Amino acid sequence: MIHPGKMAREVLTSLFRKPATVLYPYVKVQMPDRFRGKIKFTSPLCIGCKLCMRDCPTNCITITKVGDKQFQAEFDLDRCIYCAQCVDTCPKKALEATAEYELAQLQHDKLKVIFHAEPTPASSPAAPAEHAPQSQPAIGA
Amino acid sequence: MANVKIPIGPQHPALKEPESFTITLNGETIISMDVRLGYNHRGIEKACEERNYIQAMYLVERVCGICSHSHSTCFIQAVEEIAGLAVPPRAQYIRTIIAELERIHSHLLWLGVAGHEIGFDTLLMYAWRDREAVMDTLAALTGNRVNYGINTIGGVRRDISPEQLAGLLKTMDVLEERTKYYIEVASQEITLIKRLSGVGYLAHEDAVKLGAVGPTARASAVDRDIRRDDPYIAYKDLDFKVITDTHNDVYGRTLVRVGELMQCYNMIRQLVAKIPDGPVTVKAPRKIPAGEAFSRYEAPRGEDVHYVKANGTDKAERVKIRAPTLANLQSVAKMMENNRLADVPIIIAAIDPCFSCTDRMVRIHDAGHGRQETLSWQALHTYSLDWHRKQGIDFKALNAKLSRRMKL
Repeated sequence: MIHPGKMAREVLTSLFRKPATVLYPYVKVQMPDRFRGKIKFTSPLCIGCKLCMRDCPTNCITITKVGDKQFQAEFDLDRCIYCAQCVDTCPKKALEATAEYELAQLQHDKLKVIFHAEPTPASSPAAPAEHAPQSQPAIGA
Repeated sequence: MANVKIPIGPQHPALKEPESFTITLNGETIISMDVRLGYNHRGIEKACEERNYIQAMYLVERVCGICSHSHSTCFIQAVEEIAGLAVPPRAQYIRTIIAELERIHSHLLWLGVAGHEIGFDTLLMYAWRDREAVMDTLAALTGNRVNYGINTIGGVRRDISPEQLAGLLKTMDVLEERTKYYIEVASQEITLIKRLSGVGYLAHEDAVKLGAVGPTARASAVDRDIRRDDPYIAYKDLDFKVITDTHNDVYGRTLVRVGELMQCYNMIRQLVAKIPDGPVTVKAPRKIPAGEAFSRYEAPRGEDVHYVKANGTDKAERVKIRAPTLANLQSVAKMMENNRLADVPIIIAAIDPCFSCTDRMVRIHDAGHGRQETLSWQALHTYSLDWHRKQGIDFKALNAKLSRRMKL
């Protein structure tokens, strides 16, 4: 039957359904398991092969040798496209993608993230220290 | 009455992306239309030559935000052909599943946009709400909603688990039911039929002559689909119908797209039933041997073409991309003739345009004299260097910085 208002019923029933949208800043969405968020670097696992630097499509990773078998990673998050190719490329699983997705910053220098090398590489495999630099220039740049 | 020329774009509320259309009007009736491209030129092809194949793949994926999988698969197919890689069947099936999911999301998006352009925003809201189901599925399967990043040279990066396949079938049931409802709406809602019928008429002969592709061509009864005519990835194992229509207008294009949605659900069910076991990737060499390949792919908007020339290093010597919108733009000019000015947005939207995918060349157009000039790569390079020097940019410092970055 051809008549106008074909969707009227759908619209009226939707009035009594719960909203399809999420109140985002108040209600956080759970990311799927395979989500590619901010990249995490585990310094003790890194062997300094720099394959991640070679494969990164945006050249946002800089791996620097800071001591004997000690490496630190520097990420330019303003360039990172979160493809997680570095995670696939890394032969030692020193890089992993986390579920962190709220990465907007008001200050540009906060987008530079440095994962410092551990002082004692063998003893503690815990998450390495991470902070945005204050004012000093990046070591590898 | 004298003819009046009206510029629509490059920046215009009715267009989602910058592109310039000059429309010649007689009263309300469109006499002709002229398109000027190039406002979104990003130099992706050239940038691909500066990156290794893995880096270029992610760049190519970003040619288009909607058909990202189409571009990356099309590019990868060409690279794999040159390298002589045999992609495992399971990887081929996963690529096909993502390709069809992408088509579902693209067509539902188009249905919403078309509704919006004709003032039927109810359709936009419901079509996009239902599209969330397929977007969430894509995010769960690949890790991202838009740039899936599922491809890699020699296979796919992520396997699909049996639970995910079962979930996929459930989503297909939900979406199929919703699409049946949209087909009902499209065939029974009198306002929609009256608004779209006869608008943007493209006769069968014109569609053939102007080289229209995809749903635009199929709505003018051009029975052409790369998935059937030149099967790639896993399409040769699938049984599906190519939807065509004889309405030749925007209404026909709507029917073709909703009809294709039903085929997509059917195809995904077949893929889930037939998916073979095995590895999802083979080891790919970093350096691709010298050679060239040409790859075709039926993107949601039509035939996408990539050409890759390799020279034995880890970087491509030349990459050429022909996005489907470029093939359809000629027919837009034809469709416009004898329509009303108010029909312009829906006629442009009916080809599902993606202008940023289209822009591939910079052409200098001297508006005062009507002269046109095409620059060679070398001339463009020199011109660009001179222009930047005039702005006072110091290349020495830039080059030093760049070489530091590129150095391993």
